[in-house]
Amino acid sequence: MDFGEIFNEAIGEMVSPTTAAYALAALGLAVHFGYSGLLNFGQAGFMAVGSYAFAMSTILLGAPWWIGLLIAIVAASAFALLLGIPTLRLRADYLAIVTIAAAEIIRYVVTTNSLTKVTGSANGLAGFRQDFLRLNPFPPGNYLGYSSPDFFYRFFGWGLVIIFGLGVWLLMRSPWGRVLKGIREDELAVRSLGKNVYAYKMQSLVIGGGFGALAGLVFTLPRDVVQPANYGTELTFFLWTCLLLGGMSTVLGPVIGAMLFWVVLSLTQNILFGLIGVGALPWLNPSQAGQLRYILVGVALMLLMIFRPQGVFGNKKELAFS
Amino acid sequence: MSEPQLTADAVDYMTDTRPIAEGPAGPGCAKRDPIVVADDVSRRFGGITAVDVEHLEIPRHKITALIGPNGAGKTTLFNLLTGFDTPNSGTWQFEGTNLEGMSSYKVARLGMVRTFQLTKVMGKLTVLENMRLGASAQPGEKLRNALFQGIWGKREKDITAQADVLLAKFKLDTKRGDYAASLSGGQRKLLEMARALMVNPKLVMLDEPMAGVNPALTQSLLDHIKNLKAEGMTVLFVEHDMQMVRHIADWVVVMAEGKVVAEGPPAEVMRDQAVIDAYLGAHHDVDLGAAGGVQELEEVLAADEESVVGTEDAGILSEESVLSEDSEILAVRPPDDEDDDGDGTRERRTGRRAADSPPDVVPGTSHDSRED
Amino acid sequence: MRHIRTGRPACGPDRIAGLGQQTPGSTEVHIVNRPAPAAHPQRLVRALSAAGALIGVVLALFLALAPAAEATTSPSPAPSGSSQQEFPNSISGILRNAGQPLSGVKITAKGNGFEGSATSSPTGAWSISVPTQGSYQVTLDESTLPSGVKLAEGEKNPRTVVFAGTSNLSTIFAFGAGIVVHQPSFLESLLNRLVAGLSFGLLLALSAVGLSLIFGTTGLTNFAHGEMVTLGAVIVYTLSAIGLPFWLAIIAGLLSGAVFGFVQDAFLWKPLRRRGTGLVPMMIVSIGLALAARYVILFFFGGATQQLPGAQTEDIDLGVVSVSPNNLMSLLISAVVIALIGILLLRTRLGKATRAVADNPALAAASGIDVDRVIRIVWVTGGLLAALGGILWAYYRPGVTFNMGQQILLMIFAGVTLGGLGTVFGALVGSVVVGIFVELTTVFGLTSDLKYVGALVIMILVLLFRPQGILGRRERVG
Repeated sequence: MDFGEIFNEAIGEMVSPTTAAYALAALGLAVHFGYSGLLNFGQAGFMAVGSYAFAMSTILLGAPWWIGLLIAIVAASAFALLLGIPTLRLRADYLAIVTIAAAEIIRYVVTTNSLTKVTGSANGLAGFRQDFLRLNPFPPGNYLGYSSPDFFYRFFGWGLVIIFGLGVWLLMRSPWGRVLKGIREDELAVRSLGKNVYAYKMQSLVIGGGFGALAGLVFTLPRDVVQPANYGTELTFFLWTCLLLGGMSTVLGPVIGAMLFWVVLSLTQNILFGLIGVGALPWLNPSQAGQLRYILVGVALMLLMIFRPQGVFGNKKELAFS
Repeated sequence: MSEPQLTADAVDYMTDTRPIAEGPAGPGCAKRDPIVVADDVSRRFGGITAVDVEHLEIPRHKITALIGPNGAGKTTLFNLLTGFDTPNSGTWQFEGTNLEGMSSYKVARLGMVRTFQLTKVMGKLTVLENMRLGASAQPGEKLRNALFQGIWGKREKDITAQADVLLAKFKLDTKRGDYAASLSGGQRKLLEMARALMVNPKLVMLDEPMAGVNPALTQSLLDHIKNLKAEGMTVLFVEHDMQMVRHIADWVVVMAEGKVVAEGPPAEVMRDQAVIDAYLGAHHDVDLGAAGGVQELEEVLAADEESVVGTEDAGILSEESVLSEDSEILAVRPPDDEDDDGDGTRERRTGRRAADSPPDVVPGTSHDSRED
Repeated sequence: MRHIRTGRPACGPDRIAGLGQQTPGSTEVHIVNRPAPAAHPQRLVRALSAAGALIGVVLALFLALAPAAEATTSPSPAPSGSSQQEFPNSISGILRNAGQPLSGVKITAKGNGFEGSATSSPTGAWSISVPTQGSYQVTLDESTLPSGVKLAEGEKNPRTVVFAGTSNLSTIFAFGAGIVVHQPSFLESLLNRLVAGLSFGLLLALSAVGLSLIFGTTGLTNFAHGEMVTLGAVIVYTLSAIGLPFWLAIIAGLLSGAVFGFVQDAFLWKPLRRRGTGLVPMMIVSIGLALAARYVILFFFGGATQQLPGAQTEDIDLGVVSVSPNNLMSLLISAVVIALIGILLLRTRLGKATRAVADNPALAAASGIDVDRVIRIVWVTGGLLAALGGILWAYYRPGVTFNMGQQILLMIFAGVTLGGLGTVFGALVGSVVVGIFVELTTVFGLTSDLKYVGALVIMILVLLFRPQGILGRRERVG
């Protein structure tokens, strides 16, 4: 077992585009849940809407990357409106059930064989990043050990995380953010003070959903393929784990949470594989080692929620609920 | 606005002795200068009528107390008037504006601001942020302005100044930076009231402002309420304690079983037979051991804010279920804490056999211990 | 939504230390033998006697109706002819000619960049494990058929098959000269789907009633309910695969659900209620539990689809409708059990106590009802019902997989929401509507891999126009 390599891989995982995508999507969840108290259990659906909208507009319409991006954001906003209209006036758990159902509807629809021509069915769509890669300002070469496109994906992903992280931070210290936090604490009281709670919740839902769509792009562009299997409910729950890991009503929380999530996954996987490799775990096969990690995620989610709901680094006072 | 001008001939609201009612006082009587007028407002929960007010006017620049036994429909009426609940029928106006079907936040923007029986402060926001949240006309509360402090910074300063004045008045200035969750119950009541004042309301509706406040604070709360009047606001508040009402109210409206049974100046109302009946004559015991008791309990629960009966969560309790006759497990009385007024003539109906009484409403007993 | 605080001292970490036992890392094997906590023997006895009565009824039904199932296959359900690799999805079927199984027949499946083949076992069963769900071309090698056996006229070979959202797909080849494959008329398929939908709806209702009771009494939206469903089926499969008699496996499967419910409440939810944990955090904890439990099951059970004994049967013709005996049996069992639950809730002390707790726990507690005990019984019953639903779901799909509960969870939610969140009778009606709707969409032209979408869309539409659900009342949904 080479601990140096295991460690290096974990560090690499920490800054990978996938981690950036998780961070961005979890930031969206922070806007939803951490700041507004909205239970969005369909963030994977927002990511799917974003990635599919981009891929489909690029492949089927031959749209340039920026049109694709625009369509992705418009589609995610429309999706948020569609979910918000029936549920935002109802109790919180209705939104939870509707968002998780809507995310599954998206996944079923892009998987169905009757739409294979449009969505590529279970195989998904591939080959939509060429135009986007033309943006790459880095000439071929080695950047911190990454090739030019690889470095560009990281630059793009983390650039978005930084810009939107800053945006959320600014928003949440504005009077607008104050109303959101008020809604999180007590919706009725905010209404009694003359604020249109419904509109605020809708704005929050659209913004966080937009982050999800962008996260979908950050997630799929480096792969150049979008497949329905990647957007199951488990993705949403991993994002929630990231959010709770870092602390939910802070800007840095979801970002750090996503990094931590992937570092721990990478470390456990590689250490388990290493141990299996040297024959230390005869009762475990490699695929079971992979499953063991997910058991860990589930248990971590429970323990976090029970013992440290403010997140590993969070401050108890920032806790959104008790 | 349509308020009487505070010009040279301004009335001192504290010493204004002109009659409040036009003509003799009585349920539904017309007022000289009403701020709220309600007609035929009714609200039913399942089978029972929680509120059925034929006509009610709230006098402007006065302190009106809304009293009545538990379950009289006081809070429900509050909810209806402020748009937090939708009546089955009725119309009502605030300063001539028809409020029917208007959402609660718009009602608040008109200047009709309420507090809640169970105090609602934002525990995870600081006291100052709680106050700022109450302010109106902050452009930074619009998403499109939120990122630009230049647009809202100035108004924020004004708001903060206004909040500081109010906090000082309510003696909360030392708590300014604390999380509201760290306040005591009485301080929360004060914060909630102060926050409502940030809206610059014309009518302040206080739902049991004195409930759960220790006696030392009560006097200062009463003073605050009087001050509201001095500053030109109209106050409508729900209260149980007749003594307190007598102290500060200019006008008293008595509700029982959803209806306005009496109104008038405090001293007169206290002598009114209808009030005495409402307070003392009603049956305060729900005896669940008797048949019909379970039925009664269900109705009591149906009108209870904290209960899910009659709501979409009622679930397994909802249908005919609880109404069946053999109610052995429920042979209990509700907790006694709701029994807060004259219990001299309390009547207990024990020992009634299941067979003697139909499972529907026992007249006159159905609303008694409903939490109001 | 409400908190349930019992006013007893908050429990420190030492109470929660039991968590380790509760996480299903140890469930399957250990919990069945878990000794009852000595502190409340008679409560447990009462709780379990209610559970026991249910199990008895279910078992009697299974035994009365199941002889066919027991007779058809050996208790080792793994088809011997499975292809080398194990993937989570499979295409399978049984080859029979005039009631006689055909063994040694080669079948290949091709599609999505994959090709796999299988040979039918002595029971005639075959199964090809495929990597992704999608469309495959299945070919039966007619040269490997026993001499004299021919595919029936009109049977397509090769044929294209499409996964319909479940991880197992069965396709049947009919044999025999002179047998013409019957194309059902619209009315016939409508009726067939109606019966199948009713059967599906009722099995959904079994799980939904449990979910709804738990929601009603504790306020928790339990995302781990799907794993309670899976557990029942997995235990039945595992035990019958190691040679236990079918009836014993069923009992153990039902018990496993009850015990899982008991353990969950005793070591997780009750301590959390004591701490005064809010409902949203509890909901998220249930998500963590669902993830952990699902992967624990995957860890031990593997990713393959397995069949319970007697999972594949020929349809029986009842004149106007033809229905598989399993569906029919499932329909009867669910109907009887649901009727029983209804009677229990409406007629017994326990049922009334349950409804009182669901309405107002504080008032119920003040009335002398032992709220914790009622909730415990609700969890045990809910687990039992979910396990039963899981066993029936394994026959309905057909197949046992680690994520079968996850697949049905949203349908259960749809049923519960449709009927009105928290209303038990609403959950029943909602589930039946969902079940029938899911099956009927295929008759009205929706491709079968979208049939679950219809139910979810309907759920969202219902929320739009009648948020309180079919049976809920309009008050205070907001």
